[in-house]
Amino acid sequence: MRALIRDSDALHLLARSPLVIASALVAIVILAGAALAPWIAPTDPYDLASFSLVDALRPPAFQDGADPRFLLGTDDQGRDMVSAILHGARLSLVIGLSAMAFAAVLGVGLGLAAGWIGGRFDAVVMRIADVQLALPAILTALLIDGIARGVLPRDAQEETRVAVLIVAIGLSLWVNFARTARASTFRARNEDYVQAAIAMGVHPARILAVEILPNVVGPLLVIATVDLASAILLEATLSFLGVGLPADAPSLGTLIRIGMQFLLSGEWWILWVPTAFLVVLVVAINVLGDFLRDVFNPRLR
Amino acid sequence: MLAVEGLTVEFPGRRGVLRAVEDVGLSVAPGEIHGLVGESGAGKSTIAAAITGLLPEPGRVAAGAIRLGETDLLALPPAARHAARGKRISMIFQDPQTSLNPLMTIEAQLVETILAHEPDLGDRAARARAAALLAETGIRDAERRMAAYPHQFSGGMRQRVAIALALCTRPELVVADEPTTALDVAVQSQVLALIRRLVDERGLGMVLITHDIGVIAQVTDRVTVLRHGRVVEAGPTGAVLGRPQAAYTRSLMASVPRLERRLDRFPLVAIDGAPAIVRPDAADAAERWLRAHRDATAAPPAAEALAVEGLRVAFDGPRRGLFRKGEPIRAVTDVSLALPRGSVLGLVGESGSGKSTLAKAIMGLVQPTGGTMRHDGAMLPPGRSRPRSHPARRAIQMVFQDPYSSLNARRRIGAILAEPLALYRIEPDAEARDRLARAMLALVGLPEDAAERYPHQFSGGQRQRIAIARALLARPDVLVCDEPTSALDVSIQAQVLNLLKDLQERFALSILFISHDLAVVRQMADRIAVMKDGRLVEAGESEAFFAGPRAEYSRTLLALTPSLALLEGAAAAAPSPAETAAVREM
Repeated sequence: MRALIRDSDALHLLARSPLVIASALVAIVILAGAALAPWIAPTDPYDLASFSLVDALRPPAFQDGADPRFLLGTDDQGRDMVSAILHGARLSLVIGLSAMAFAAVLGVGLGLAAGWIGGRFDAVVMRIADVQLALPAILTALLIDGIARGVLPRDAQEETRVAVLIVAIGLSLWVNFARTARASTFRARNEDYVQAAIAMGVHPARILAVEILPNVVGPLLVIATVDLASAILLEATLSFLGVGLPADAPSLGTLIRIGMQFLLSGEWWILWVPTAFLVVLVVAINVLGDFLRDVFNPRLR
Repeated sequence: MLAVEGLTVEFPGRRGVLRAVEDVGLSVAPGEIHGLVGESGAGKSTIAAAITGLLPEPGRVAAGAIRLGETDLLALPPAARHAARGKRISMIFQDPQTSLNPLMTIEAQLVETILAHEPDLGDRAARARAAALLAETGIRDAERRMAAYPHQFSGGMRQRVAIALALCTRPELVVADEPTTALDVAVQSQVLALIRRLVDERGLGMVLITHDIGVIAQVTDRVTVLRHGRVVEAGPTGAVLGRPQAAYTRSLMASVPRLERRLDRFPLVAIDGAPAIVRPDAADAAERWLRAHRDATAAPPAAEALAVEGLRVAFDGPRRGLFRKGEPIRAVTDVSLALPRGSVLGLVGESGSGKSTLAKAIMGLVQPTGGTMRHDGAMLPPGRSRPRSHPARRAIQMVFQDPYSSLNARRRIGAILAEPLALYRIEPDAEARDRLARAMLALVGLPEDAAERYPHQFSGGQRQRIAIARALLARPDVLVCDEPTSALDVSIQAQVLNLLKDLQERFALSILFISHDLAVVRQMADRIAVMKDGRLVEAGESEAFFAGPRAEYSRTLLALTPSLALLEGAAAAAPSPAETAAVREM
């Protein structure tokens, strides 16, 4: 194990930074909890029949008047907070990861193409990217959401809510991927190994996939991690504003919106527990992103 | 004046302590240039950094003493050390582009440095000294030109400014780290002459670091040969280079391409380290494979493997305005060349002469604006109009200058080598491709298991062998080599040149060999072509060219190339003042 740590730059860097180890542990625990939510959550927060108003507004287990069944208390509907958060995190992560993947595929594809083709195509793509950056992400998401509401029939809207959110968030995050992929492609184009491939007559699609893309993966991974945090936050914001997920299928953002009503009343846990959870998750992901940046950029060491 | 004794420099790392320099001693007297020569990893620059007190973290001087006059430099507290640096010891770096501040005028940089060390001098006197120094280093009209920024000077001029900057505090010792490596030979020769003159006139001591034995021969008084951080041999330059005692020095000298004669092969003196274990039967398989193809293809009718006629390449100049395009920059103008089948054509020129652009035009990587190219008598479609499936894409292969950039760091050697076999549908079976790739590795002198490794696990010379193997696997008949050895150490260069000669003879390859170094070209080429500013200056048989070049420019270039003949007492005349003046503004 020692020898392994000594010989791998990434592990060596990891062994020296307790914050990163803590973040990785937090992220793993949350991911596992979210993935296993249907099996490990004490109750099913989507099943309205399973909770009763009798249990409403129970405080967390360490406060007076708590019910031992509800570790982190209940909300005004009598919903178990632990179950709500686990399922909420699951939804948030599914949407965040999908949106990030959508943005990565779109952005990397456009960025590679723009960097390779250059000229007018590059100019058009990058101006679209500039316009995209000028629009706040939340505005793009609201726009997509509004269009979807206008276009889709009413009964289809509920089923497509998650997909609409993914597209909306993904569209506001692709620019980073595109810019990084384009810059790397530009640089790699003039590298001799790419020139050699061009001179040999290798197909451009193969050059992009085999020669250029592997050299871009490092920085893209960093962006993907940081953007995952942004995507989760954006989803939370949209849900908080009421254009995201409805109250009967609450994500973390929805939970926080519900909790807002209790901000100044005595039932603090309904707001603060999901909020703290969201903050811890996002901070952990960002720390990991920073760590990846160090791993992939030897000059910062 | 400078005395270094028993210097040992260590770099503690997590894989243990690395000794970069071990038990090195040297001394420099006033008015003396002491050369440190060695290949990469010899510890030359680390010694310079230890003398100047600029060792990068986490390096430390583990043992030894460095004395300047009566001062023990290692015992000085950091502040005093800092004051001594600049005032008593100054430095000249390899690349004047990065050692001068691009945002300050030359004058401001000089005056700032002078006043930092002599605050009582006053602005006016500092300015006068700066102007005088610039004039002394050969910058004409110094008073006026010192108001300019570094980018307004050429590379050679910038290095003169850097030298003035190093001298402006009147130091006792100057440490010059590869001061002419980034310069063309003509400019290099002038800068070296300037350094020699300044050292003589001012009684400076100088430590001059270089990998180039020609530079050592030209200007140094004493030389220390280093290898792996240890002194191999030291003494007066004439004695060390004239009658080298150590085997390493002898092999280093033997590896230096001679301008004055053509060697059939470089004699390689084995020093240490077992050579790579190469199975001869594997290499034979590759050789049979290449020969079988050659025998199977009928000889094409044309006598010239490659012919270029009236080739022109121009790039768009910088835009003059929103709707006005700039004047095109002519990189290649009306060049006509022929490469006879089975021979080597050496293409020589300084940086910016258009020789690499010409190579790229032949490879179809840049779009010519005019002229024709023929391969085996058949027209070569230029640039983008050459289809991906064009037969010349396979038949003409290129070996690039920088072996660190010509192999994709993310792919295994085996995958890199299999690419041409699959691309040109030479070998449909993946297993057979792998076998051929390994056999080809053996042919270029690498172990077969290299196929499983990544490029970063190989040295520059080994990578260049891999690049050559990749080119050969396409079964080319023309090889375009663009400065294939200029990024390599001289002993490695000798090996790679030997390999190219072997391959050329065994497989009757036609090679276009591009280089800035006349001595290297002499070893390789049957015919020579000289380019300057995008035009062909001269072309002819190699031996006739070296016996007596016709063009004025070729004569100057030949005269200015550093030659070891100086040492051996051969009649290699120093460049005349007229010749030096002719290239001054290049």
